[in-house]
Amino acid sequence: MATRTLYDKLWDTHVVRQEEDGTALLYIDRHLVHEVTSPQAFEGLRLAGRGLWRTNSILAVPDHNVPTTKQHRGNGTVGIEDPVAKIQIETLNQNCEDFEIKEFLMDDIRQGIVHVIGPEQGATLPGMTVVCGDSHTSTHGAFGALAHGIGTSEVEHVMATQCLIQKKMKNMLVSVDGKVSTGVTAKDIVLTIIGKIGTAGGTGYAIEFAGEAITDLSMEGRMTVCNMAIEAGARAGMIAVDQTTIDYIKARPFAPTGENWDKAVETWRDLVSDKGAHFDQVIHLDANQIEPQVTWGTSPEMVLPITSSVPNPADETDTVKRNSIQAALDYMGLQAGAPIDSIEVDKIFIGSCTNSRIEDIREAAIVAKGHTVADNVKLAMVVPGSGLVKQQAEKEGLDQIFIEAGFEWREPGCSMCLAMNADRLEAGERCASTSNRNFEGRQGQGGRTHLVSPAMAVAAAIKGHFTDIRTFS
Amino acid sequence: MEKFTVHKGLVVPLDRANVDTDAIIPKQYLKSVKKSGFGVTLFDDWRYKKAGEPGMDHSQREINPDFVLNQAQYQGASILIARENFGCGSSREHAVWALTDYGIKAVIAPSYADIFFNNSFKNGLLPVILSEEIVAKLFLEIDNGYELIIDLEQQKVITPVGEAFSFEVDPFKKHCLLNGLDDIALTLQYADDIRAYEKKCKQEAPWLMA
Repeated sequence: MATRTLYDKLWDTHVVRQEEDGTALLYIDRHLVHEVTSPQAFEGLRLAGRGLWRTNSILAVPDHNVPTTKQHRGNGTVGIEDPVAKIQIETLNQNCEDFEIKEFLMDDIRQGIVHVIGPEQGATLPGMTVVCGDSHTSTHGAFGALAHGIGTSEVEHVMATQCLIQKKMKNMLVSVDGKVSTGVTAKDIVLTIIGKIGTAGGTGYAIEFAGEAITDLSMEGRMTVCNMAIEAGARAGMIAVDQTTIDYIKARPFAPTGENWDKAVETWRDLVSDKGAHFDQVIHLDANQIEPQVTWGTSPEMVLPITSSVPNPADETDTVKRNSIQAALDYMGLQAGAPIDSIEVDKIFIGSCTNSRIEDIREAAIVAKGHTVADNVKLAMVVPGSGLVKQQAEKEGLDQIFIEAGFEWREPGCSMCLAMNADRLEAGERCASTSNRNFEGRQGQGGRTHLVSPAMAVAAAIKGHFTDIRTFS
Repeated sequence: MEKFTVHKGLVVPLDRANVDTDAIIPKQYLKSVKKSGFGVTLFDDWRYKKAGEPGMDHSQREINPDFVLNQAQYQGASILIARENFGCGSSREHAVWALTDYGIKAVIAPSYADIFFNNSFKNGLLPVILSEEIVAKLFLEIDNGYELIIDLEQQKVITPVGEAFSFEVDPFKKHCLLNGLDDIALTLQYADDIRAYEKKCKQEAPWLMA
């Protein structure tokens, strides 16, 4: 058989049927569901008198709208002050009850951000196709799975048929060669990749991330990288299976056991690109050259190392690009030429499906320990990705480190990544955020988002402005 | 789904690249459990002076007169033209629902983000791809009352002076759009194939079906 990429293998094993023009029915193994993009799909099923094709493929959890403050949690949806948000979560609960779907309710310790809980439960496995009505579903590709976001029509389609109508994407390999230096994290790697290939660079591709700097990462770090594949335009990002992957999955609640475990592991070991497999595009990065990154604009590709300065639109020859840079500087309230480390921040957000796992919380806590949040910082918050992450962090005493440093320690949810709940920026406020999007208004209308790693976010909280984590003390 | 065959309509120019779905429909409106009513909050942050909330009377809000959708000559527009990578970011189909609810039937841009592109076809919204050069040329031509004809069957965009630009479209997506087909019903025709796939999978990799 011809050599195949990891994506080729995942694709081939899931094609139910294929038309001559390449349009295929692709089988979906795991469907993750949350409250925002599912109600219209359930409604569509009801209107058409259709049921679910395979109920046990679905795992549901409310995350986008949930409050993260203690006083609003612990009693189901009772504490949700926003009546519209409350209806949406209650609609999910009702739909899951009616259709007999497994759901982690708000008070369940297993509740959390959908892209944190899937892997945490072992519901995401190597070799799976995973979909969710959320673009950051690419996260699950870290397990050697084919995972991507879908719209609500496709959510309904998967519910009713267990399939998607798809055409195969192209293959891209992004190889991060060598080792990163101390202080450089998975977040800095992926921001550097996005800065290099642009927010549309991966459009039409499935990206496989490879190279020593990638295989050196823990599963948490790999999830951070794959999570942001979509910010480079690629619906799916993925990383080959190795021992790190297998060790992470073992003994998780949804993982296979006994004989099936052994058989599964044997199958999973083949989830790597064959030597000499063809990629339509190959990009190499030197890990050693990667510095801690900070976004300065309103698109994730507008990113620079902490050691640089805000760009000058006048240096750009392309008119459309020049106008974009100028518009971004105007929105962000930044002066061309200002050193990135001179930019002061008002709020700090540590959380989101990009950076809210236990390793992220540990990375942040190490920096926070023994320090105090700067006076000019109005709010610094840590929002764990799930109830189990929160529990683990508390067991390790990390919550106390944050609280003593002046951070708020919150309940799990998507929170200020997209500000659907009460956690948000006011107009003009500037935030060092570990989330994934710095679009205009993303964290609140008029809010200014700078994307950074958890360590860089904490360092900014302590100093009151961005600072190089490599020289932070 | 509503069919798309030939559409003639007024064109509104949104001269921006990387228009993201957060801009098309801000997050606070995603709390709705319905598919309709998003048109009034399309491009909400750009269209109004202050942030809006679901349930408010949007007709009472102060509009931003500088935003192109608020300008008199573009009222009633049904074709939106923008620069590259339109619809990037979140998978929210609400972005498409906001465009269609507003009355937009087709978008023209040099490129789109994959998920938005896919979502459009599921809702009768045609995302037309024309080259950067042609899009740039159209931006220069757009004036008061500038209308384009978009013919999906012929795969052509025709300007007021009769200049025609061809565009590519996936044959299956075109077929569904021309006929307004429900693709769940199409897929369910192959229910036996899906069941056969599952039977094989249960034997070979049962953990995927657990």
